[in-house]
Amino acid sequence: MLFKLEKRPSDSQLMAYCSPLLAVVLTLISGALLFASLGHEPMKALYTFFVLPLEDLYGWTELGVKVAPLLLCAIGLMLCFKAKVWNIGAEGQFILGGVGGGYLALQLLDVDAFWVMPLILLFGALCGLLWAMLAAWLKTHFAANEILTTIMLNYIALNLLYFCVHGPLKDPDGFNFPESAMFSDSTLLPVIIEDYRLTISIYFALFAAAVVWTFMSRTLLGFQISVLGEDHSAARFAGFKEKKLIWLVLLVSGSLAGLAGVAEVAGPIGQLNPYIAPGYGYAAIIIVFLGRMHPIGIVFASMLLALTYMGGEMVQMDLALPKSLTGLFQGMLLFYLLACDLLIGYRIVRAKSSPIADQA
Amino acid sequence: MKRIELTNITKRYPGAIANSAVGISVDAGEIHALLGENGAGKSTLMKIIYGVVKPDEGEMYWEGERVQVRGASHARELGIGMVFQHFSLFETLTVTENIALSLPKSDVVSMESLKQRIEEVSTRYGMKLDPNRYVHTLSIGEQQRVEIVRCLLQDVKLLILDEPTSVLTPQEVDTLFKTLRKLASEGCSILFISHKLDEVRALCDNATILRGGKVSGDCVPRETTTDEIARLMVGNDTPLSEEYKKALGQEVFLRIKALSFQSDDPFSTTLKDISLQVKSGEIMGVAGVAGNGQEELLNLISGEEVCDASAVTFAGEAVGNLGPRQRRELGLGFVPEERLGRGAVPDMSLANNALLTAYHGDLVDSGWINSHKVKSFAAQIIEQFKVKAAGIDAQAKSLSGGNLQKYIIGREIIQAPKLLVCSHPTWGVDIGAAILIRHALIALRDQGAAILVVSEDIDELYSISDRICAICDGELSPVDEMKNVSINQLGKWMAGDFSPLTNQAVGV
Repeated sequence: MLFKLEKRPSDSQLMAYCSPLLAVVLTLISGALLFASLGHEPMKALYTFFVLPLEDLYGWTELGVKVAPLLLCAIGLMLCFKAKVWNIGAEGQFILGGVGGGYLALQLLDVDAFWVMPLILLFGALCGLLWAMLAAWLKTHFAANEILTTIMLNYIALNLLYFCVHGPLKDPDGFNFPESAMFSDSTLLPVIIEDYRLTISIYFALFAAAVVWTFMSRTLLGFQISVLGEDHSAARFAGFKEKKLIWLVLLVSGSLAGLAGVAEVAGPIGQLNPYIAPGYGYAAIIIVFLGRMHPIGIVFASMLLALTYMGGEMVQMDLALPKSLTGLFQGMLLFYLLACDLLIGYRIVRAKSSPIADQA
Repeated sequence: MKRIELTNITKRYPGAIANSAVGISVDAGEIHALLGENGAGKSTLMKIIYGVVKPDEGEMYWEGERVQVRGASHARELGIGMVFQHFSLFETLTVTENIALSLPKSDVVSMESLKQRIEEVSTRYGMKLDPNRYVHTLSIGEQQRVEIVRCLLQDVKLLILDEPTSVLTPQEVDTLFKTLRKLASEGCSILFISHKLDEVRALCDNATILRGGKVSGDCVPRETTTDEIARLMVGNDTPLSEEYKKALGQEVFLRIKALSFQSDDPFSTTLKDISLQVKSGEIMGVAGVAGNGQEELLNLISGEEVCDASAVTFAGEAVGNLGPRQRRELGLGFVPEERLGRGAVPDMSLANNALLTAYHGDLVDSGWINSHKVKSFAAQIIEQFKVKAAGIDAQAKSLSGGNLQKYIIGREIIQAPKLLVCSHPTWGVDIGAAILIRHALIALRDQGAAILVVSEDIDELYSISDRICAICDGELSPVDEMKNVSINQLGKWMAGDFSPLTNQAVGV
């Protein structure tokens, strides 16, 4: 019996919501097989990866620590992707936010004033925005493909970070380690619960999600972004300004990623080092698609992806497996999601043979 | 013995039955019409004969023997030739090269001999064709000849033509008909697919009429009135046609002055010194074969392309350099040719598609969408224009062509534009919807709007236009009142011959 794909008359709403769940299930099954082939008991390993990290309050606050930057990046990317502007550069914009904000924090180490913290955050967001601006300018003036320019800008940003921590921003008393000095208290974001690392940046992230949600669903500008992404010529026909919208989504997304970056260095990390960006900007891409380009979905998807970071560390500690399993799980998620998404527009039917059809 | 006979053909698609127990037979030397509205199942039936689509049930007999056509090349071997509505020619190759590509290798001895055969065949059937010309330099009518000659070179016994006249000027239609009659007199069977009844009555010996995938009747067109045939095509619930009063416009609303324009797109038509005035309270028709500059002209009127400010004016206000949004604010409504993917966003709901062009009214309040009003606006369009849809949340792409067109035109008309520009308003739309649309255009005209209709459908232009002109190769013909323009005159204009009427004394 053969099966074939058949186009649905109209897209399946149900499948659009089921597809991410199906992808998660398939990822878990593949993960179990993977663990088994590595000689670990699959259920126990999956438990270690996905449940153990969240057994106590510390685990949940750490989840928040990772959700905050992921969510900020993903919400910005959602805007871009809605307009079909494929900004892959959240990673670079994140790093620039970290470097810029970190630079300012290091200049203001001894200033103890209420405006220090907001200024650092603003400056970090601004740096992310400027980095995205480069891509927007290249796209609108030279029609340069934003996928290429933003990826290349990511590498430039990363090397800029390396240069800074190996050179101008290196801690003079740091025994030549490639790290900046630790930031002072007045330049650090306040934590939510005493003795835990979770800072108020999680509020920024949730707030941004709420604002973007309202923006996309209630305002004409948000509607224009959706139309531009869905149908280029309809946007032209309706008189929506394409270039203006491209600038808008890239700048908003750049500043949100920049904010995520500065909140990370002026938060849980507390200094500049070469490892400030563990791929949040890339993971955010997966989050946007897994979350169905909807803010609520994106919040949940951020939690799941945050968990993969913690699970990776957990299996490294408990089962002596490499931490790079994080990347593996993230990759499988995206892979299965893209495959399952085919079923939104198509369905699987049994291939019937017709009486007249023959060996065509 | 019949040349071809199909019995009991059924073809199901998900959610629709394209053909249900359809039977049709064609004699040798017979010109047989296959009539029906868009979506009646004509194309599916043709594709089944040509072997491109496999039927679920039913049998096909070719010269008395049962056959199963395996595909297009098998069909050609049998002697079935087909001329599709959209030609499959390489524009950068010559006529001979194009034909050589489609013939079996054994048939092409040398290019020289092929050229001779092409010349022979084309002169014999009265289809002048220069084998050395590049296809991109040919008119649409000539390109169609290339397709026909290509079939004739292969000893075709059954020639299928899919709406061949929709791209031709009236004069070209006459030439084509002569060719077809000659072919038939030599024993070639012709299956002529159309929805233009006059042509069918002029040309065809027999007709099979399809409605909703079923055969609704057979007739001898010459002995049957147009109304009777139309009734078989559309069923009993639809009014057939309506007469509209002609009107004289008042002040000029749209004025295009000496507009020349060349876009960056190398394949676009250059507009040459176009001047045109459309008055409030009249419908101006622009005839012409597609690709002669209509699209470029419309883009300049809609604001999707901009030019010198003073070249285009709305009620005296220079708008040539303004975008679509500002022009809409000045009273422009626009119905583009492409419904899905320009006039409407395929994946968005009807409600959102209502907002697409109606955003400058009270649906949006200082940037905030009033979704309540958007929904009731969408519901109003659906009700007022009798759009068949699952509701305002249905995706635009789930609607049939005619229903979506009603929706788009309704969206523009309810906004009460002072100037409505329509491109091919009823192309591919069933008769019922077409009548509703024409009615709505006339009603809008009577409310005092200026309307510009660009169409390839000459019958339609005759029925609704108050004044008419034609466009050919980026140039506009003279404009005159409809009653002064004969079909011959219009045909000359469409072919680019703008010399004055010989019987002009009658008019003005």
